[in-house]
Amino acid sequence: MPGIPSEIWVPIQLTIELAAITTLSLLVVATPLAWWLARSRAAWKEAVAAVVSLPMVLPPTVLGFYLLIALGPDGPGGAIASLWGARTLAFTFTGLVIASIVASMPFVVQPIRNAFAAIGDRPLEVAATLRASPRRAFWTVALPLASPGLLTGAVLGFAHTVGEFGVILMIGGNIPGRTRVMSTAIFDFVETMRWREANMLAGGMVVFAFAVILLMILIEKRFARARG
Amino acid sequence: MRLTALVAALGALLTSLAAPAQAGVTHVAVAANFTEPAKEIAALFKEKTGNEALLSFGASGAFFTQITHSAPFEVFLSADSDRPKAAIDGGFAIPDSLFTYAIGKLVLWSRVVDVTDGEAALKAGKFLKLSIANPIAAPYGTAAVETMKALGVYDALKAKIVQGNSIAQAFQFVDTRNAEVGFVALSQLYGVTAGTRWEVPPTLYAPIRQDAVLLKTGADSDASKAFLDFLKGPEARAIIERFGYALN
Amino acid sequence: MSEGETIRAAFKGKLGSFSLDAAFVAPAKGVTALFGPSGCGKTTVLRCIAGLQRLPDGLCVVGGDVWQDPNGAFLPTFRRPLGYVFQEASLFAHLSVRRNLMFGAPRGEGEAAKGKIAFDEVVELLGIKALLDRAPGRLSGGERQRVAIGRALLTEPKLLLMDEPLSALDRTSKDEILPFLERLRDRLSLPIIYITHAIAEVERLADQIVLMEKGRVIGSGPLEELQSDPTLPLAIARDAAVTLDGLIEAYDGRYGLVTLSVRGGSLVAPSAAASAGEHRRVRVIAGDVSLALGPPGLSSILNVLPARVASANAVDANEVVAVIALGPDGTGARLLSRLTRRSWEALGLAEGASVYAQVKAVALAPGRGELG
Repeated sequence: MPGIPSEIWVPIQLTIELAAITTLSLLVVATPLAWWLARSRAAWKEAVAAVVSLPMVLPPTVLGFYLLIALGPDGPGGAIASLWGARTLAFTFTGLVIASIVASMPFVVQPIRNAFAAIGDRPLEVAATLRASPRRAFWTVALPLASPGLLTGAVLGFAHTVGEFGVILMIGGNIPGRTRVMSTAIFDFVETMRWREANMLAGGMVVFAFAVILLMILIEKRFARARG
Repeated sequence: MRLTALVAALGALLTSLAAPAQAGVTHVAVAANFTEPAKEIAALFKEKTGNEALLSFGASGAFFTQITHSAPFEVFLSADSDRPKAAIDGGFAIPDSLFTYAIGKLVLWSRVVDVTDGEAALKAGKFLKLSIANPIAAPYGTAAVETMKALGVYDALKAKIVQGNSIAQAFQFVDTRNAEVGFVALSQLYGVTAGTRWEVPPTLYAPIRQDAVLLKTGADSDASKAFLDFLKGPEARAIIERFGYALN
Repeated sequence: MSEGETIRAAFKGKLGSFSLDAAFVAPAKGVTALFGPSGCGKTTVLRCIAGLQRLPDGLCVVGGDVWQDPNGAFLPTFRRPLGYVFQEASLFAHLSVRRNLMFGAPRGEGEAAKGKIAFDEVVELLGIKALLDRAPGRLSGGERQRVAIGRALLTEPKLLLMDEPLSALDRTSKDEILPFLERLRDRLSLPIIYITHAIAEVERLADQIVLMEKGRVIGSGPLEELQSDPTLPLAIARDAAVTLDGLIEAYDGRYGLVTLSVRGGSLVAPSAAASAGEHRRVRVIAGDVSLALGPPGLSSILNVLPARVASANAVDANEVVAVIALGPDGTGARLLSRLTRRSWEALGLAEGASVYAQVKAVALAPGRGELG
């Protein structure tokens, strides 16, 4: 981008890519999980819910540490990475995506679960009496009715990934063009007392967060109105 | 009779209040790499003088920023010499109190590759990732880069470098074997037997002087001054050396 | 009746502290009302028939097709050719009325073959043409319920289940929909199982009734029979009445009166213009029927019919409910008569006695021409 130095522009681009891929992946992963949490009667369901919520409560250093081990040669990450001759998923964009998915998961699962639960049993019973198989009922009734929740989850997931700092710091390795995202770039600028650059990035993030929250509020209002 | 008893009791009370004036407390910001020796020194300090040193560990850069924004630290043990100097220049620290409390030793460490002959190992480059501390944030990182340049391997290895935001993180990358090799502080390998190491010859990098300084907030604190004195003393120095630092 | 002409249901089990043991056979055409006080298990039975609830010990055979049997066979709800109308319309909020209607309709193009329920026909039957492109949130309660009924019909069901479809509506909406339901019953050859706790709805719509109490079926059969069965709670209720099927013989325009024949006699009732040959339901309240030993002299009562006392039961300490069979030989339709014990004893009445039934008021269900 002309005019903006690459040391500012590249982290922004990387951050947006990371957030976008993470959010889409999360929607795919979190939706069935949220569905199960909303509908299941298994006794151990809330235990699963608690595990999913852990990243929200754990300090990033703890989370980052365990992710480091999991992504490394002693964990599943290493096993996957060896498929293409690498030893670890840490320090890779893929590793960042996985870490961001874990860290942002609770922020996506929760609103979607609530949206599914709010639907209740009735619409799905109605669908069954109208010849819809459970699969068809999910896609044509549950999902559309829960869509505000999915949107909220997507927006929160995206925003959280953009702001994610601690975990990325722990496993990213701060590689320019690969894992140096906005949050770690700001850290560097602060460390070297380059306040102007730090402000540009940080200020941008504040504006972004504000826009995100505003968007969420407007979405919820619009859907509430449409339902009458 | 009762009046005398009252006066005596009051006197005893006052004396008992006056006595522990020396049991003071000082707030010390300690560079992360000096964590273990600092804990031992503080324990000994308490035993010997009755004073309590409350230690906070972290990145020197972060501490510096906090100090310049009125963080309540009274003593600053930095991982480098730049930050204490900057603190003095900025009027946040007392000039005469500056001294080098330890000299860091850089070490190449690996749990995967044999780096006993570090130079050869670096030149051979048989590893995917090399971990260093972020040079911006930690002098060990700067030293690592200097070493690699001095050995003429920096350009070849540049693409394999991953940065931890602190020396502790750089260590973690190597410890979890995510990075096969890494430049860490010798003090971090205290008590560690795993893997192989190569102490980098001091000629290859500018000495990592870790300086201590008394901060303005602690100017009137006896406990703080006592701590810095203790740090210069023989008992502390023995501890420091044992942990793998060089001394002035 | 052969298998293909019946609906057999039997469900047994415990739900929480409620224990169900209900079984009945209903004809595979016409309206069968499932009637009883709140909490007696009617909705549970309906949900079991639909497969929305699964009791392990259950039997459901509809027109010869096994939907569930105690050996473990169980057809999931979405595979059962049924239509279900819930108490609250439960339209899909995210779809327009039209798309709600079409949700369960069979896929694939093809003209509406004979016997199939076409979109236009359903829309006309329920009067919802003007609502088609609206959002469900913009409809009144009565409109929503009509759309819900239409939606259920468009799935081309073999059985229609309705769970108190009118109870959530206000008086006006109820009155608005009842005629549509009557039309439904008259025009379609679809068996309907209809839950209600309002006897008025039963009287207007049902041919058969299944009476439930505390999770059990206490009686099932044609409406007329059960209403006049003294062992059942219907007959001894304060507002007990009998509903008869009447055939219009003549209409007297001068006095606005219609003469209908019922089994065993004729009745005269006030009515709007009606043509001979029409069938109309006639309701006679037990309290409006008094008994006389001989033909009374001049009186304002229009209907005095010879009959015989079929049975009598005491209710409360001082009242008697007598079942009166019309016709001098007592072989006709049955009416209920509620009288004081004193009168009963004073007249020396007993089972088999010949009496004259004086029917003070006869209510007619509205005819076709009176639909809004």
